[in-house]
Amino acid sequence: MSRSSTRFDTKKVNSELVTLTYGALVAQMMKDLDNTDDVSKQLERLGYNMGIRLIEDFLAKTGTGRCLDLKDTADKIQTAFRMYLGVQPNVANWSAAGDEFSFILDTNPLTDLVELPDDLKSLKYCNIICGAIRGALEMVQLDVQSWIVQDQLKGDQNTEIRVKFIRRLEDAMPAGED
Amino acid sequence: MADETLFELLHSEIVNYALESNEIKYKESKDEDLSIIEYIGFSTGFRIIERLTKDMPRFKDELDTMKFICTDFWSAVYKKQIDNLRTNHQGVYVLQDNGFRFLTKLSNGKQYLEAAPRYVAFTCGIIRGSLANLNINCLVTAEVQNMPSCKFHIQVQRT
Repeated sequence: MSRSSTRFDTKKVNSELVTLTYGALVAQMMKDLDNTDDVSKQLERLGYNMGIRLIEDFLAKTGTGRCLDLKDTADKIQTAFRMYLGVQPNVANWSAAGDEFSFILDTNPLTDLVELPDDLKSLKYCNIICGAIRGALEMVQLDVQSWIVQDQLKGDQNTEIRVKFIRRLEDAMPAGED
Repeated sequence: MADETLFELLHSEIVNYALESNEIKYKESKDEDLSIIEYIGFSTGFRIIERLTKDMPRFKDELDTMKFICTDFWSAVYKKQIDNLRTNHQGVYVLQDNGFRFLTKLSNGKQYLEAAPRYVAFTCGIIRGSLANLNINCLVTAEVQNMPSCKFHIQVQRT
């Protein structure tokens, strides 16, 4: 009777589920590896694996074509952030050569409910996002590097994720295709 | 707010991670140690239930709690309700889900059946963790005979 009316906001639950599951995973890794550098590296790799598969979902859902230039790429990643994390980061700090840019997030759902203890200040908690960006872009023939410049968990105002274009990957296309 | 796809990918990466760390720990044995996955589920369940039930009235009894798990909780986490709940009224509950979310994309039948335990361990943990935070100590096991349906057996431990 009274309880049947309690419907949860499934979107919010799902988001918290991701946050909490990710937190539990990081905690488990910390226990297993006992070294923040190794954990950061693992998280990046994990994100890479997720990015490889996430890009297919993204392309299927949005139906976008190839990126024309890096500005276009940045815009599309911005869309992906909104789709998957529900946040709208700002694209900023373009380098003079136009091959580097940053995403600035004022809120980060991954770090909701999270607080880093002092002895883990070197842990790159959000490295999974960097990995996901790298993995996803590799699938569309873009080799990039990605790292965290600012982190709210470490007392910064925003979370800033830097992306640097390295090179375009060449596809070994069979003759007569594309 | 995160998308559902993200949760599914994260879940499969957890499975991946657990299998890899198994390989390092026990090179020889063929047994799969799924306790890492279960434990990650446990801590997740333990925390999420607190956030979900904080504005709710207290549950009447054990059965009431189980009903909550089968309906509201399950539809919040797995997008559908449990299809069948059975109990012997002595602390054993069987929850049956005919289209379990983590198995639907895996197979429809008996193919890959040997891999199924990896994909239900996390959920066993979530149930155990949630109930533990609601003051019910229990043992949760899963049984998969034909994917994508799955039965969760909950055995309440009484002292």
